Amino acid sequence: MRAGRLWQAPGVDVAAKLWRVSWTFVLLLCALAAVGYAALYSVAGGSPYPYAEPDALRFAAGLAMMLVVAMVDPRWLVRLAWPLYGVSLALLVAVLRFGHVGKGAQRWIELGGLQLQPSELMKIALVLALAAWFRRASWERIGNPLFLVVPVLAIIAPVILILKEPNLGTAVITAAVGGAVMFAAGVRWWKFALVLAPIPLVAKLAYSHLHDYQQARIDTFLHPESDPLGAGYNILQSKIALGSGGMWGQGYLHGTQAHLDFLPEKQTDFIFSIIGEETGFVGAVAVMALLCVIVLAGMVIALRCKNQFGRLLALGISVNFFLYVFVNIAMVMGAIPVGGVPLPLISHGGSAMLTVMFGFGLLMAAYVHRDAAFEDEAEEG
Amino acid sequence: MKQRLWRPKQRGTDLRGPDPRARVFTRRALLMMATQVGALGLLAGRLYHVQVDDASRYAARAKDNSVSARMLAPPRGRITDRFGLVLAGNRLTWRALLIAEQARDITATLDAFSALVPLEPRERARIEHELKRHRPFIPVLVRDFLDWDEMARIEVNAPDLPGIIVDVGTTRIYPLGQDLAHVVGYVAPPNDADVEADPTLSLPGIRVGRAGIEKSREDDLRGKAGDVELEVNALGRVIREISREDGQPGDEVGLTIDTGLQQATLARLGNESASVVVLDCRNGEVMAMASNPSFDPSVFDAGVPQSQWKAWSHDQRGPLINKATNGLYAPGSTFKMAVAIAALDTRAITTTERFNCPGYFDLGNARFHCWRKGGHGSLDLHGGLKNSCDVYFYQVALKAGIDAIAAAGHRLGMGTELAIDLPDQRVGLLPTRAWRRSKGHPWNLGDTVVAGIGQGFIQVSPLQLATYVARLASGRAVQPHLTRTLNREAVSGSRAEDWPALGLPESALAAVRGGMFAVVNERGGTAPEARLPDGRWQLAGKTGSAQVVRVSRYAREHGFDSAKLPWRLRPNALFVAFAPYDAPRYALSVVIEHGNAGATAAAPVARDIMLDTLRRDPAGKAGTPTAMAAARVPA
Repeated sequence: MRAGRLWQAPGVDVAAKLWRVSWTFVLLLCALAAVGYAALYSVAGGSPYPYAEPDALRFAAGLAMMLVVAMVDPRWLVRLAWPLYGVSLALLVAVLRFGHVGKGAQRWIELGGLQLQPSELMKIALVLALAAWFRRASWERIGNPLFLVVPVLAIIAPVILILKEPNLGTAVITAAVGGAVMFAAGVRWWKFALVLAPIPLVAKLAYSHLHDYQQARIDTFLHPESDPLGAGYNILQSKIALGSGGMWGQGYLHGTQAHLDFLPEKQTDFIFSIIGEETGFVGAVAVMALLCVIVLAGMVIALRCKNQFGRLLALGISVNFFLYVFVNIAMVMGAIPVGGVPLPLISHGGSAMLTVMFGFGLLMAAYVHRDAAFEDEAEEG
Repeated sequence: MKQRLWRPKQRGTDLRGPDPRARVFTRRALLMMATQVGALGLLAGRLYHVQVDDASRYAARAKDNSVSARMLAPPRGRITDRFGLVLAGNRLTWRALLIAEQARDITATLDAFSALVPLEPRERARIEHELKRHRPFIPVLVRDFLDWDEMARIEVNAPDLPGIIVDVGTTRIYPLGQDLAHVVGYVAPPNDADVEADPTLSLPGIRVGRAGIEKSREDDLRGKAGDVELEVNALGRVIREISREDGQPGDEVGLTIDTGLQQATLARLGNESASVVVLDCRNGEVMAMASNPSFDPSVFDAGVPQSQWKAWSHDQRGPLINKATNGLYAPGSTFKMAVAIAALDTRAITTTERFNCPGYFDLGNARFHCWRKGGHGSLDLHGGLKNSCDVYFYQVALKAGIDAIAAAGHRLGMGTELAIDLPDQRVGLLPTRAWRRSKGHPWNLGDTVVAGIGQGFIQVSPLQLATYVARLASGRAVQPHLTRTLNREAVSGSRAEDWPALGLPESALAAVRGGMFAVVNERGGTAPEARLPDGRWQLAGKTGSAQVVRVSRYAREHGFDSAKLPWRLRPNALFVAFAPYDAPRYALSVVIEHGNAGATAAAPVARDIMLDTLRRDPAGKAGTPTAMAAARVPA
């Protein structure tokens, strides 16, 4: 009965809803995708294949999906949140049991011809679930530690599964996204302090339980020059690529590091190094500025939502996007240990692109329905 | 109700609506945005550090990464004789390489290859081992030194040999083979020590001179390596050529040798273990330098087979040794001119001073015999030389003294290092009192006596003997040398004026030359065999027969005949000569190992070779190079 009301006469509403879509935001995403196209075109040695063209098509599909998702009423999304979370969790378990192994980690599974990284989906499902959980909670309720048991468990469960894949980078991002949503929901400061304070100690303890290759990554991060042809190779070559770009770059399509295959995974994780090499500091900072504007636009959307669910959803998606960007860029310039984190919408790769666009679809849904009222949410005063 | 609970905590900053969660959300979202901007700003700052501050450092690293400099082996310079005939050159050779990634099936390719050019199982094992060791795009050598036929067979069957490529290289060739092996020398691939000293030698195709002119003129012949900068990718695969600087080919070295004369000389020597040096006595140019038997110099490039080494080391006649520079012999009677010069120069005797020869000479209890049992009677210098009287020279040697003899001998080019441009030479020995003392013995006068006839401690090389005669004939301190031109530019030393005078009295030289003339051309001379049949020129010379074992008194008194001794114990036969007598042009020395007697074994050889030299007159034909370097005397 209520579902019918939530999904109000879609035929009538679609035109009106499309009018409410933030086309500025869509334009920003298109600009970012264009940057990605140019970078992948260069990586392929001046050819739209095998990276740029398929990614452009996927982006178009993703954009369509995003707009479709944007039409969905958030009140309906609320009901979808926990089932999606459950499915994601099940997929995470499945990937550990049946997943494909790549570079020493089980990260993706085939789903109807589509490679899916459940951890990517999980981050969005987690944001949805947490937003659904906190949307009705009053300020006092949030202050109650017992109320936080479910969301904390909801964060910890996938983080542990992702760590087991193992994918340290995504696990940290997942935990950080969950934390950000809880923080925005109003969980008290001191509780975060309580959790974050012992982290150095835990990290030290955890280090000894990490996989060898993860330990190696941390070691080579601390001393990359010590092993230039071994595990430190990626970071060193990436820094060489960035450094050889200088202020203005070696010129589009003229990066030697990338075209001569010195840089591994240049079309995926290290795409930013190529941008830095070919367009220099100026180009790299311009791309960073564009990414920053997208993050801030997402945050502004969150601020403009009048319901708590929409706010938390939009904020979670934006923070997730920001963390992608931050971890990837910090990683390629050797500021944090390398982890398999792509640069969203620029790196080559289908599953990440689609999940990111799905996330933006949710963000846009929150924006389209920013003025919607949830009669069951805690009263707005 | 709920409002009351939270309102007291409000600090009055009502940001957005009355819902505390909305206000907290707004505050915290703004905080996060600030954090995000700040974090990205920090990254941008770090990026500036990496990209701009450290740009030069990383740019150099990127270039190091992608540019690989490779050297190109320069073509080695040719060696020619004085008329431009090539004595050492480069020939294209082919080698088959296998690139694993281009072969569909390595085993099938190698099978097909062995059907065309048989591969031994050992070779096959080596190839397979190397294929495993290298990355698949690195060519592995299948077979080196393919000849034209093998190369053609492989190229024709190329479609059946996927992965096989034929590479062109050069190999050193010696068209005259063994005729000039000792002079020209040979090359071989550099060894580890060479490469350590000069890393550019590790270039494929580089050869290093190991003997002869190839070794002594290595610096001129080698040339300068070129280099090519290649852009390579991370796997080392070549993407493109960035720049190429061609190397400088080695200089062409023109020798003083007349190949025709050299070949005629060797032909005249036949099977004798012998050495002949022909010099232009006015400037020291070596017209011919024969050391018999010889060897094939081209075998060293590809590696000498074990059986060949064995054959060489078992040959008593020492084919690998250049006897002209490294064979040492007692000069015997050919040394008598030096003794005479020593005595005349120190005014110990005069040319007319006579000494008596009763057939023997007594010094204390020791008796020294003349080669002629009955003796020669009273002789002056001319007669002493003409008859090669031993007793005459015993007495002259005692008058001159051993140190004066050594000094004169050194000045004439014996027992001393010559400036010959060959990598090694043996210096030999002219004994002195000081030398004997350094060995811990006093000098015996008896040693001076035997030195008078070129025996005892005295050891000289055929090249030194030829130099000695050239200096006697020309009166100039010429140095024997083999290099005439470098890249067709004359080197100094080609003109007589390039060489200083010997500083010996002309009268003494003239008297000695006259004695040598008499040996050959006067009645009663010891070497009438050496007389030139052609009346145009007259040859002056001197025989020598040097014992290699001591002949006991018993043997001497019981009809000793050295010709009946085993070959190794027979005396060496020597002859030195110059011609024409009235205007000396060529000087030569002939040493026939264990030839028994200089007059019978060596003199006819010397005569024929000198006659051939005079008829060819290589020095006259080639003329003096026009672009003559400034007169400079090589040290």
